[in-house]
Amino acid sequence: MERRAVYRNKVLPWLLIGPQLLLVLVFFYWPTSQALYWAFTLEQPWGGGNLWAGLDNFLYIFRDDRYWGTVLRSGFYALAATGLSMLVALTLASFVDRALKGTKLFQSVFIWPYAIAAPAAGVAFRFIFSPEAGLVGAINDIWPGVWDPATNGIHALAMVIVCHAWLGIGYNFVFFLAALQMIPRSINEAGAMDGARPFRRMLDLQLPLIAPTAFFLLIMNIISSFTDSFGLIDTMTEGGPIGQTEVMVYKIYVDGFKGLDYSGAAAQSIILMLLVIGLTFIQFKWVERRVHYN
Amino acid sequence: MKSNWLLSAALGATALTFASAAPAAAATKFEFWYGLSGDLSERVQEMCSRFNASQADYEIVCVSQENYENNLQNTIAAFRANKQPTVTQISDGGVVDLMLSGAFLPVKQLMEENGYTIDWSNYFSGIASYFSTSKGELLAMPFNSSTAMYYYNTDALKAVGFDGLPETWEQVEDVARKMKAAGYACPIAFDPTGQWQWWEQFSAIHNQPIASKGNGYGGLDAEVEFNKGKFVQQLAWFKKMFDEGLMVHKSKAAGQTANEAFTAGDCQMTSSSIADHGSFSKQAKDGVHWDVAMLPIWAGTERHNSLVGGAALWTLKGKSAEEYKGAAAFYNFIAQPAEVQHWSTITGYIPVTNSGFESMKAAGFYDAAPYKGRELAIKSLTFTPVGEYTRGVRLGNFGAVRKEIQNAMQAVLFDGVDPQKALDDAATRSNEVLRKFEQTYKGQQLP
Repeated sequence: MERRAVYRNKVLPWLLIGPQLLLVLVFFYWPTSQALYWAFTLEQPWGGGNLWAGLDNFLYIFRDDRYWGTVLRSGFYALAATGLSMLVALTLASFVDRALKGTKLFQSVFIWPYAIAAPAAGVAFRFIFSPEAGLVGAINDIWPGVWDPATNGIHALAMVIVCHAWLGIGYNFVFFLAALQMIPRSINEAGAMDGARPFRRMLDLQLPLIAPTAFFLLIMNIISSFTDSFGLIDTMTEGGPIGQTEVMVYKIYVDGFKGLDYSGAAAQSIILMLLVIGLTFIQFKWVERRVHYN
Repeated sequence: MKSNWLLSAALGATALTFASAAPAAAATKFEFWYGLSGDLSERVQEMCSRFNASQADYEIVCVSQENYENNLQNTIAAFRANKQPTVTQISDGGVVDLMLSGAFLPVKQLMEENGYTIDWSNYFSGIASYFSTSKGELLAMPFNSSTAMYYYNTDALKAVGFDGLPETWEQVEDVARKMKAAGYACPIAFDPTGQWQWWEQFSAIHNQPIASKGNGYGGLDAEVEFNKGKFVQQLAWFKKMFDEGLMVHKSKAAGQTANEAFTAGDCQMTSSSIADHGSFSKQAKDGVHWDVAMLPIWAGTERHNSLVGGAALWTLKGKSAEEYKGAAAFYNFIAQPAEVQHWSTITGYIPVTNSGFESMKAAGFYDAAPYKGRELAIKSLTFTPVGEYTRGVRLGNFGAVRKEIQNAMQAVLFDGVDPQKALDDAATRSNEVLRKFEQTYKGQQLP
């Protein structure tokens, strides 16, 4: 039987959710509606007038092969950063879950990267990966010119992805560890008695059981890579060299704020927003179903 | 969704800025946003203090926005939220957008209305042509003006047996080659994001069109033409020099900027603004001797005047009459010969008036170190009377066009793209930017 707490007072609930609604309205719906309006007009940078442009801004973007370049790059970035981050986090979590020596310490240590702001991490990693002065740059002493993110787009993109993945490890680790500890000990022990080694138990027992968590993390990581990559790219490469680290969110910034093309940037942000809404939708659908199944 | 975040962040930052500006007490307070940082920012703050100390009616509050680009972005965000400063510093690249916006008060009108007489013909014609209407009405107050120069390490020149300073690109290539042979790892520091000195100024002194219709002065329907002139060969030459290790990539991304490499003695030649003359004097490592010269030209070509760089002060609409009085008083203050001279001395920016320059020259300012050589900037700016392609560049969203050139230079240097193809691509994209800009301001004319 369904049980619900019901407010008899008609005004109180609205008062209670009022502040939150106001925040969402001011910081989400109002800017979004502005962006939507600009996406269908030609907006003058300094304000003071705009012209109806219909779908022109969108057609302009879709015709631009450089835009598709950033879409592909964003996709690759999302998969690579997510894959790397989740793999490392899962490995760490499964070791911590096995209650080895020092587990208590590692439980908290592995979460720390999540507490570091992206731009701060970006500055640190830019130094670490700097071709002339950095730690990784030391390999240039052995093989000159082998590592140069300042001129090589692939190196630069790899550098940003590694940094992004590193930042996400803490978050993924917490969820994986929690999921692993939710699995009843008896299942694992039964597997062990049947002679399955830890890696086999991981593949056949634990992974299927933490699949819902893994899926949730997958979606969250992908969404985060679409939006949170901005701070990293801005501090590490500013989209360069030759725009080869420009992902969708960074192109919005470059076109809108540096190029003063507010309308083009607004149209791009609408596309990105639809993409994120789509991913969120998939996640809700899928996660709901899995929860009922379990 | 990111743009929402950015927008709210921008609004939040703006709100914070204004929360810290307390309401006027006795003196009328007004704000001045500028795009300089570090040493130059401190010089601006000192100027503001001098103005505040010089009178009791107005108080100027000077806020650094780090660089021109940020200042433009923040000023626009503030203007749209009706929180703009009274005075803002906008550089050459942002002029057209601002001109068409009608968001400003022309400086000539402002000064007349507030009872100041300023001899506008006293300002250098190159500066005036960048910041005034086609009819010659000056729209913004000339403030910090510069042009691009070429800097040499004189010890390295001596080491390869070159007397004096090179004047042509042929000589530059020759000394670079000799320096390399003599064991200098980096003869020329090259920053591909320095399109201002390597591309715009090159085009001007060789009288090459950047865009049709007199670099855009003739109307918003101008098209870029930088892919048809001498710059194509120049970019191919950059590539050749880069591949031979005679030019070395130095930039923020590489971990050392071109200026840092030069003052540290790591690179022996670089091209930069005359405004860096002051900081080079201060920052040059012990034992690094250097000198400055006009940009080299190709032998057999005729030298034209270089473009004025830097920025001017724009008075934004929507403020009170009292604040405008304050702004006018401030402009009048910085136009005084003593102040012009002081500002030029401590920075390296050129004195913006003819009389300022003459009086400094007469006083022997340019005769000895550390200021010797700065007069060459004036020589470069006034080498010929400003012509169709040397008065400036008047293109909408010029920042986006500059970015295309940066990308083209990087693509040629780093990825081996053919210079003609890279510039053709950049031109196609630049023209799209210009057409979109023209659409946005449909039916409007350049003032």
